[in-house]
Amino acid sequence: MKFLGFMLLLAGWAIVVCAMALLQAVPRVAFAYAGMGVEVLGLVLVIRSHPLLRGEE
Amino acid sequence: MAPISPVSLAALSETISVLCVILILLVPFAGVGLSLISTGLGRSRSAAHSMLASLCAFSVAAVVYFAWGFAWQGFPSGPAHVLTVAGNQWSWAGASPLFLRGFEFDGSMASLAALFGMFAVGLAALIPLGAGADRWRLGAICASTALLAGVTFPLFAHWAWGGGWLTQLGVNCGLGPGFLDAGGSGAVQAVGGLTALSIAWILGPRRGKYLPDGLPVAIPGHNAVLVMLGCALSLVGWLGLNSAGAMLFAGALPARVVLVAVNTTLSAASAALAAAAITHTRFNKPDASLTANGWIGGLAASSAACAFVSPFSAVVIGILSGGVVTFAVEWFEVHLAVDDPGGSISAHAMGGLWGLLALGIFGRASVPPAVGGALGGGASPNWLAQLVGVATLIGFVFPLTYGLNWLLNRFYPQRVGAEGERQGMDLYELGAGAYPEFIVHSDEFTQRKI
Repeated sequence: MKFLGFMLLLAGWAIVVCAMALLQAVPRVAFAYAGMGVEVLGLVLVIRSHPLLRGEE
Repeated sequence: MAPISPVSLAALSETISVLCVILILLVPFAGVGLSLISTGLGRSRSAAHSMLASLCAFSVAAVVYFAWGFAWQGFPSGPAHVLTVAGNQWSWAGASPLFLRGFEFDGSMASLAALFGMFAVGLAALIPLGAGADRWRLGAICASTALLAGVTFPLFAHWAWGGGWLTQLGVNCGLGPGFLDAGGSGAVQAVGGLTALSIAWILGPRRGKYLPDGLPVAIPGHNAVLVMLGCALSLVGWLGLNSAGAMLFAGALPARVVLVAVNTTLSAASAALAAAAITHTRFNKPDASLTANGWIGGLAASSAACAFVSPFSAVVIGILSGGVVTFAVEWFEVHLAVDDPGGSISAHAMGGLWGLLALGIFGRASVPPAVGGALGGGASPNWLAQLVGVATLIGFVFPLTYGLNWLLNRFYPQRVGAEGERQGMDLYELGAGAYPEFIVHSDEFTQRKI
C-alpha cells in the first residue's frame, strides 16, 4: 500500500509537470490542481500504510 | 512596499560580493544550532554520537557537494541540461564541471552560489539527524548524507536556485516571477525535513517509545540548555542564510537585508511565542522543547518569504508556523507513530512547506527582472508557482529521498542493533560516553508513561 501511495505521489507530480509544460491558461490550472489532488490521495495512502505496518509488527 | 531594485546576477558589484561573503559565513552558526538542538533533545547516552554525527554529516555533505553536487545544481545563467517541450526550454539539471574544475573563485555570482550551496547542503544534512537520534548508525548517516548531498539536494536546488524549470514557470507559463525560495524554505528546510520523515519511517521508533497498545511514551530530551543555546545560535545562522539567499537568488540589494533580518527575527519570535502560548493553554505550563521547535519552525518558514513580505505579515507567518509545528509534533507522534526526537519533521518539513505557501499568500514586493525574466519582471510572487513548488517537494522529492534511503537500508541496514540501543550510541559505536562522570540509573531503561 505504501508503494502504491508513492506511485500516486509521482503520478500526481507528473500530471502537474505535464500541465505546466503542455497546456495553456485555464486547462493548465485545472490539471495542475487535479495533479495536486492525486498527490493528496497518494499522501493519504502512504500515511495510512504506516500505522498498519506498526500493527503488523 | 517599495519594489526590490534590479541587480544583475551575473556581475555582482564588489560591495554586494563582500557583504554576501560575510553573510554566508554566518550560515554555519545555524548548523551548530541544529546540532545542539538534536543533541539536547536526544538521550544523554547518545550525546557524543549525536555531535560527532553532525560533524561527519556536514563533512560528507561538503565533500560530495564539491565532487558533483554543485555540478548538478549549477547557478543562474550557468550551463545546464535543457529539455525543449512545446517550444519552451526547460532546464532540469545543472551541467557544470565536476569537482569545481575550471572554477574562478573571484566573488562572482557563480562562486558565491557554490559557497552558499556548500553551507546550505551541510545544513540540510543536519536536519534528519534529529529524527534518527539514538538509533541511527554513524556509517549509515554518512551514506545517507552522501545521497542527500549528491542527488536530492542538488536537483531541487537547481530547480529553485539554479535557474531550473521551477524558476522558469514565470517566463514559460506567465506565473509571475516563477517559483521563489530565496532563503531555502524548500531547498534546505523541506528537503531536509522530508528526508527526516523518510529516515524516521525506515528506522522505526526507538525501543520503548510505544507501548504494546500503541500509546507513545514520553522520552524527554537530556539537556534543555543545549536546546535553547542552539535556538539562539540558529538565529544568527538564519540571518546570514536568508540575507545572502535574498541577495543571490532574489536580486535584493544590501538595503533590503535590514527588512530580511527584521522579518526573520519576527517570524521566529512570534512562532516561539505562539508555541509557548499553545502549550501553556493545553498543558498549563509552556513546553520548552515544543517552544524550541516552534522557534525553528518560524525560522524555516521565514526563509522563503523574508524578502517579500511586510513585518506584520512576518508575524502572522510566524504565529501560524508556531501553531502548525506544535500540532504537527503531536500528530506525527501520536497518530502516525513517527518517532522524531528532535522534532525535525514538524519544524523543518512542515515549517518549510508552510513558508513556501505563505510567500504565495502574503508576498507583495515586486521582484526584479533579473529573477522574473522577460514576462515576470516586476511581478509579485505567484500563488500557483509556489503551489507547484510544494507539489514538487511532496510528489517528487519525498518519494525520491524515501526510495534512495530504502534502497540504502536494503544493502546497509541503517538502524543500530538492540544491544546498541540499550547501551547507548556513545558506548556502542564510539566506546566512550559524552559525560563519563554521570551515574547511569537503572530506571533509564524502563518505560515511563506520560
